[in-house]
Amino acid sequence: MAMREIRTPLPGTFYRRAAPDRAPYKNDGDSVAPSDVVGLIEVMKSFHEVRAEVSGSAIRFLVDDTDAVMAGQVIAEVEG
Amino acid sequence: MSIRSVLVANRGEIAVRIIQAARALGIRTVQIYSDADADSLAVRLADEAIRIGPPAARKSYLNGEAIIAAARATGVDAVHPGYGFLSENADFAEAVAAAGLRFVGPSGAVIRLLGDKVAARRAAMAANVPTVPGSDGRMTDVAAACAVADRIGFPLMIKAAAGGGGRGIRIVDTPEAFERLFPQAAAEAEAAFGDGGLYLERVIRRARHIEVQILGDGERFVHCFERECSLQRRRQKIWEEAPAVGVPLAVREALCASAVRLARSVGYSGAGTVEYLYDEETGEFYFIEVNTRIQVEHPVTEAVTGIDLVQQMLRIAAGEPLALCQEDVRVSGHAVECRINAEDPRKAFMPAPGTVSAMTIPNGAGIRFDTLLYEGCTVPPFYDSLLGKLIVHGADRQDCLARLREALELLEISGIPTTIPLHAALAVDPDVIAGRVHTRFVEAWLTAETAGARLGFSEVAA
Repeated sequence: MAMREIRTPLPGTFYRRAAPDRAPYKNDGDSVAPSDVVGLIEVMKSFHEVRAEVSGSAIRFLVDDTDAVMAGQVIAEVEG
Repeated sequence: MSIRSVLVANRGEIAVRIIQAARALGIRTVQIYSDADADSLAVRLADEAIRIGPPAARKSYLNGEAIIAAARATGVDAVHPGYGFLSENADFAEAVAAAGLRFVGPSGAVIRLLGDKVAARRAAMAANVPTVPGSDGRMTDVAAACAVADRIGFPLMIKAAAGGGGRGIRIVDTPEAFERLFPQAAAEAEAAFGDGGLYLERVIRRARHIEVQILGDGERFVHCFERECSLQRRRQKIWEEAPAVGVPLAVREALCASAVRLARSVGYSGAGTVEYLYDEETGEFYFIEVNTRIQVEHPVTEAVTGIDLVQQMLRIAAGEPLALCQEDVRVSGHAVECRINAEDPRKAFMPAPGTVSAMTIPNGAGIRFDTLLYEGCTVPPFYDSLLGKLIVHGADRQDCLARLREALELLEISGIPTTIPLHAALAVDPDVIAGRVHTRFVEAWLTAETAGARLGFSEVAA
């Protein structure tokens, strides 16, 4: 089964939810479509959505909520 | 000087600025840093540096307990909060004082009073400082609201008492529309915020942002004249000047005197800024708020008055009486500051952290560049995008702008995109040169359609 990677185009702080009191955009094991938002990147006080850009039956996150990430870093894997 | 050492409880260019001011007074400096700033210029310049936590601001520069622990561990006498982060946090100021240290700023009580919008507006009115005409409190009754609206005049804003950040605001042009829209706004506020309370405020269509620098030691108070900060993008100041452009002398004097009255009425201690909206059409000015800290744009005031505001703050915090009289404070020439940010003008000003490979900084008489940069440094993504401030001082505004254009041409930062092209374009714009600016000027001037031509590139990436 093919694994696809979701990378963040921006460096910064990664958030898995839109606000602290909201549910995560995606949980491990959820299916994803290319236009689905999977997280937020905070870079220099501005927020940018990260979209899956790939589709698959199950997503698995490799970074935690509020982790620091680098541009190009793989933040999640998606099972084909 | 009763302060022998100071903890610099901030980062970036203002940390560097505080270190320089402290050093000039013979004060030892201890720089706090997060893991993202271990190689920062401030850490390199300070006498000592102490780690306070991981990169996230709330775990480092916003962590008051860690900062006070660092102050204790390093044995400093004082804490300078800079701007942003904890600089206007009354609880932090009180915690610093409770730890037996000097907080470089006003008391927690004054920060709390002036930080509360309603309390600050009341304090301003009590000190006879003009405020934006509006309802004095919450309104719920339509008939009473109509009477207040007639007194304020149209256009006016209906604002939800529980709103904020631009939410729950509508603009009304006529009494007829007001009578119809007021109950609607109340119902919406109730639905959105669980609170139908509304208040009213006059709309100033073409406002300019003018602010007055004040200094006080709790007993003596002076102003250091005004700054003009009308050039803003997304409500962030990008270019500031001193003095204000084309404001009649009598208005400037009244504005500055009102700021001193407010400072005196609250027993202000430290450096502060009283912000106003100025309505060019009517020549009236209105109080907005007080910032109880050093401002990003303080260098334009330093350039035209020759006063080192950060040194003044340290002297006041050390308990020295203010050595300046109002007659000592004079304005000479004109100064402009351009905020150089790590943002990509070709990509809708997307933040662009990264590594600076090379840089050329102009120097010479009347040119100053306050910065966190050095060649090879990495700008982290975790904090704001300000890289540095180019400050140029000239004999008058036209001389200043001519020098600014030259300095912007010489200033080069390689490795990351910056907003230098934005400032170069503003500095040659006929409206900017003529001083025909207001707080919404940049948004109208720089749209998706005009950005390419104005900033000297033909295609804007999506």
